Amino acid sequence: MDFFAFLIDGLLIGFVYGIAAMGLTLIWGVMNVINLSHGAIITLGMFGVYLAFAELGLHPYLGIVLVGMAGLLTGMVIYAVAIHRVINAPHLSTLLATFAVNMIIIGIGTAYFTTNARNVDFSLGSVKAGPVNIQVTRLVAAAFSVAVTGSLYFFLYRTKYGKYIRAVSNNREAAELMGIPSAFILALSFGLGTMLAGIAGGMIATFFPFTILSGGTYEVKSFVIGVLGGIGNPLGALIGGILLGIFEGVMPYFTETSWVPVFEFGLFVAILLFRPQGLLGAKK
Amino acid sequence: MTTQGTDAKPQNELLNTLLDNFKIWTKKLSHPGLWITIVGVFILGYLPIADQSPEAAFANATARESTFTILMSIVLVSSLNILLGYTGYVSFGHIVFYGLGGYVGLYTIIEHQWPLWKAMAAGGAAAGVLALVLGSAILRLRGAYFALATIGINEAMRAFVSNYDPFGGAVGLSIHFRVYRETYGSYQDAFLVMYKAMLGLAIAAVVLSYLVKSSKFGLGLMAIREDEDASDIMGVIPYRSKIIAYMLSAILPGMVGVVFFFKASTIEPAAAFKLHTSIEWLVMIMLGGFGTIMGPVLGAYGYQNLRTILLTSEFFKNIQLAVAGLMLLGIILFIPAGLIGWLRRHISFTRRVLT
Repeated sequence: MDFFAFLIDGLLIGFVYGIAAMGLTLIWGVMNVINLSHGAIITLGMFGVYLAFAELGLHPYLGIVLVGMAGLLTGMVIYAVAIHRVINAPHLSTLLATFAVNMIIIGIGTAYFTTNARNVDFSLGSVKAGPVNIQVTRLVAAAFSVAVTGSLYFFLYRTKYGKYIRAVSNNREAAELMGIPSAFILALSFGLGTMLAGIAGGMIATFFPFTILSGGTYEVKSFVIGVLGGIGNPLGALIGGILLGIFEGVMPYFTETSWVPVFEFGLFVAILLFRPQGLLGAKK
Repeated sequence: MTTQGTDAKPQNELLNTLLDNFKIWTKKLSHPGLWITIVGVFILGYLPIADQSPEAAFANATARESTFTILMSIVLVSSLNILLGYTGYVSFGHIVFYGLGGYVGLYTIIEHQWPLWKAMAAGGAAAGVLALVLGSAILRLRGAYFALATIGINEAMRAFVSNYDPFGGAVGLSIHFRVYRETYGSYQDAFLVMYKAMLGLAIAAVVLSYLVKSSKFGLGLMAIREDEDASDIMGVIPYRSKIIAYMLSAILPGMVGVVFFFKASTIEPAAAFKLHTSIEWLVMIMLGGFGTIMGPVLGAYGYQNLRTILLTSEFFKNIQLAVAGLMLLGIILFIPAGLIGWLRRHISFTRRVLT
């Protein structure tokens, strides 16, 4: 009975992890950049929803949609300012450029919001499914995650710009020769990744309290999930997220909670070593 | 006569090779850049402790404190530069060696009453062994995958140590103040010993990074950085060289961990394996110029001083992280070679002096 409660909790959180990881893996897959500002952007998503709810009195779910739109623009601006110049430089440059963005966001955020914990005081109650109680906010978040994933696939496979993104991801030079404006497409991809991170942050804010530094945890989880699901594979990220959620949910049932990260990161390193293409295979 | 002749010839050859090697190394070791750096680091470290009277200790307390931090950064960053700057492998979780060294050192000091130098040796050895074991596994990975694996290992290690009872679990270890008094007379005297140890390590780090860079082995590392597959074909054994570079870059940070946490008198997982600090080291290297000897030293000096200025200024106090981030971004975008790299590229005579 207890076990099922853990399982379902973990499963539902896993969908949100999946969306966060999808943002990271999309950027990594398309432009070969590991975005170290990912965690800071997740935090911005949390605070965006918090501000929309507490200051403007908007419904949190409307807040998430607004955060998503703002995220798309923010991401494109970050790309233009910080990444475009070093997109062809060695890894270290893009890693440090995105880390610098992370420092700027966290620095300003800490000055403005301090590191006090906030929460979005909002609940939809819970439903009883057999022996377990499920928080409705988590069900909504899971459903929303599935919808976001569906829309992303529709965008990538059925629209012109989505196809451009896939072409640039496959081979940037060839795509440029075919007349695709690769700089704009890279900015758009970074914007989409940022949007997904913001949405994930917003959803997390509806069920957990958070501080300006909370995003870091989810960033590291996103790395784990990205590798688990295969780099550049959005569906892999969702499935990887769900797997990690279940793993985190169920493990405390077998061992002490404090041991969970040991296994989590041990598994991460093992996958990197023995199956770097991820459990589901990287997207080529 | 003939037998003597054939005997004498190889001897001469041996002598000649030895002599050649000696000439090469004296030439290498007389590079002004090396000595400027060593003397610079020494003066930087010696000034605050030149006057050892108790009044001076009081007056120079702040200077000693901040110089200690700078010296520490010099060791950490110069060591990391062997892996990052020469070999081109980005290690985000390099702090794992510093943390593990600190834990092993404090454990031997508390449980076995070892003196500092012995604990430092233990910490350095533990870091070296960890680098050997880890390196054998994760150095098969390249580029971003390696960088991520180092993050994973640091996080796994932190989580493990938080659960490991001999190391005090989540609470960590702490040294009783009695230890300082019994062994060194007072905490101030103990601090002086630690300070000198750190100064010694800083100079050792500079010398080590110079020796590696000017050796054939170091040339192999730089070949790996430029093109790993090509270096393999040209006779470098990348896998072995990378493991040695990884170990060389881990040992001194392990020793620094011991000195730092002996000074702090406590160690806990969150402080020992703080990923953020690890990334600051990368910033310092980039600031000064990666792959150079002076770059990491200047980067460490500049970054730590800048941090102090920002933290103590009324205006920047709250947004010091953002200001540092902006600077980093500016450097990455416009001066990617760092200060030393930029000087060497644009002002030709500096190439003879700067290294």
